[in-house]
Amino acid sequence: MNTKPDHFDEMRMGDDQVRPPYANYKSWFDGQDPGRLAKKSKEAEAFFRRTGITFNVYGQMAAEERLIPFDLVPRIISGREWTKLSRGIEQRVRAINAFLHDIYNRQEILRAGRIPIDLIARNEAFLPQMMGFSPPGGVYTHIVGTDIVRTGEDDFFVLEDNARTPSGVSYMLENRETMLQMFPELFSRIKVRPVSDYPKNLRRSLAASAPKSCGGKPVIAVLTPGIYNSAYYEHSFLADQMGAELVEGHDLRVVDGHIAMRTTRGYKQIDVLYRRVDDEFLDPLTFNPKSMLGVPGIMDVYRAGNITIANAPGTGVADDKAIYSYMPDIIEFYTGEKAILKNVETFRCGEQDSLKYVLDNLAELVVKEVHGSGGYGMLVGPAASKKELADFADKLRARPSNYIAQPTLSLSTVPIMVKKGLAPRHVDLRPYVLVSPDGVDITPGGLTRVALTEGSLVVNSSQGGGTKDTWVLED
Amino acid sequence: MLGKTAGGLFWMFRFLERAENTARLVEAGFRIALTRSTDASTEWESVATTAGVATRYHEKHDTFNATDVIDYLLRDKDNMSSVYSVTKSARDNARLVRTALTSEVWTAVNDSWMTIQDLLKRPVKETELPRVLDSIRQQSAIVRGALHGTMLRNDIYDFARIGTFIERADNTARIIDVKYYTLLPSSSFVGSSLDNVQWETILRSVSAHRAFRWLDEDEMTAAGVARFLILDRRLPRSLVFSMATTVENLNYLADEYGERHACHDHAELMLKKLKERDIASIFDEGLHEFITNFIQDNYALGQMIERDYKFYG
Repeated sequence: MNTKPDHFDEMRMGDDQVRPPYANYKSWFDGQDPGRLAKKSKEAEAFFRRTGITFNVYGQMAAEERLIPFDLVPRIISGREWTKLSRGIEQRVRAINAFLHDIYNRQEILRAGRIPIDLIARNEAFLPQMMGFSPPGGVYTHIVGTDIVRTGEDDFFVLEDNARTPSGVSYMLENRETMLQMFPELFSRIKVRPVSDYPKNLRRSLAASAPKSCGGKPVIAVLTPGIYNSAYYEHSFLADQMGAELVEGHDLRVVDGHIAMRTTRGYKQIDVLYRRVDDEFLDPLTFNPKSMLGVPGIMDVYRAGNITIANAPGTGVADDKAIYSYMPDIIEFYTGEKAILKNVETFRCGEQDSLKYVLDNLAELVVKEVHGSGGYGMLVGPAASKKELADFADKLRARPSNYIAQPTLSLSTVPIMVKKGLAPRHVDLRPYVLVSPDGVDITPGGLTRVALTEGSLVVNSSQGGGTKDTWVLED
Repeated sequence: MLGKTAGGLFWMFRFLERAENTARLVEAGFRIALTRSTDASTEWESVATTAGVATRYHEKHDTFNATDVIDYLLRDKDNMSSVYSVTKSARDNARLVRTALTSEVWTAVNDSWMTIQDLLKRPVKETELPRVLDSIRQQSAIVRGALHGTMLRNDIYDFARIGTFIERADNTARIIDVKYYTLLPSSSFVGSSLDNVQWETILRSVSAHRAFRWLDEDEMTAAGVARFLILDRRLPRSLVFSMATTVENLNYLADEYGERHACHDHAELMLKKLKERDIASIFDEGLHEFITNFIQDNYALGQMIERDYKFYG
């Protein structure tokens, strides 16, 4: 076996011992006919394809729609473990919102010298247009997807904060739906906390963040780049589940100081825009003038307080990988508490000493672009060839401040179904967090991504990862 | 509803209707070529003309032969109206308007795209053709069934129906237009075998060859076939039936929205003109001219609907 024995196995402890959260499931599993499970696995794939739960792969000319492989063994988290996790996530998300408000207003954290000014001033994701402005209800990150990995019984690390437009929540919902359809008996046997309220909560959370000027029931719309976007399925799914219109930039315009959508009966005002379009493309008058995906003038409407944009523009300044390394300080600064969830040790290659260390130890480290996502442009040292290492070292020397490096974590494993039965594979976890002026709401569970190749640590769907249903037990 | 969504629904159902009509057209052509000893290439040329693709076809192929025309109409990705292309367009539009569709309708369209993609992966052999065409028609029946069985009768449904019937009227009118000379009483030898072939092709292209025999007890005549296709309210592919359904659905929209537009008057006038006529007066005016006018009016109606309901910005 390739997987080193020192990985934390979330199901097994020792040879034949099953950890408590999995006990009930494992005894059910052992009583199943393997042939039946294999058949179920095929059924699940057919179900996903028919329903059109696909994603488009970037960088391929004929934007091909692909399925994210689904593994039918659930990832199980005990209620107790979840309580700690969710407390840690809530703390972090509150700190991020306080940080954003501070950065775009008084900048006390900079005055206090807790983080370097350069990190903000030279940050591409920092938007001067947001200075001196408070979004409706003071909420910046209405939707957050915090990436968490586990390395031991009690060791959870935050890997990324994803405070821009995190995706994947539709998979969390569809994975559960699929499991409920395939194995109803499991859910009467084991009490799993539900996730299906997410769309309703999202709607409520967005509505609660509507601008003050909005009189009656807020009109909510989801802004998508269009049907060729990799996450289009999710955009339409969420709009559908919330009962909100799914709009594209060309459906919208500024009418009488508000954002309005073109309907069959003329223009109709929108109060809250859940946008799945990046900052850069949001307003051609303010940002990228070539953008066809945004709405000319929306930033003026926003600053006038006549629309809520979720997430707020400029939240990227809180989740890039250089800021990440300061998160423990940021949490302490705004909450006065120690961070509940750990940060992974991070080397900022922009700093001389760190760069030297990273170059010397490249084969042991994971190197990421400060603004990268989706596993693109990243180097996994232990898995890289000599040539890949050398090429990457050149890139590092050319633009050191564009990169951070982290030690290779020994991610925990969860079993997946393979031909011979169960086999451990590395996983991460992305819980979904909703923030509104009324509070923070975290859906129990989230999206578990799994590296399907034995020994692999890359879980991104664009790089051959799969997903699993994630259970939080009622205990 | 978003104007874009209305447009997406309209086109989604136009494309689905077109896929079915093209399959039917190929079937009629194939059948005639198999059973009759007339000049097949003329027949295939008129099939391509009816589908509105003869010019583009000629850019690619020199002669109108069965293999090439069938392939062009069913599989060719360069042909925007091939069954492959329109099924893809229908599915793209369905994705665009996903939130307006029930999951049954969406799944049916998505299934239909997957099935048709699979059926048309390779050139269709002659022996396979009947099965493939049958499958294509079956797919559209499933989508239609899901639409009728699960969708609310609201503006979403109205736009879907309007798209279907504007496309269908256009299709039937084109069939008549391409073969209008065979329907002229003056040029016909009643009951000659040549005429019988032509009439049969026409009736088969709208799946009405049996219906015609059931309804029309008299001998098959040019005037009888023309009347049936243009003026018979019982035939779901006749011009008058298609127009009546379009008007009906436009009026539902006017009721729901409490607003009438130019398209309403235009459509009602078109329907009135059809209802007032009998086949003799159409022949007096000139069948060709009548049909040409109808196709233009129908096209204009589509454009008015597009404008009145703000499909585009």
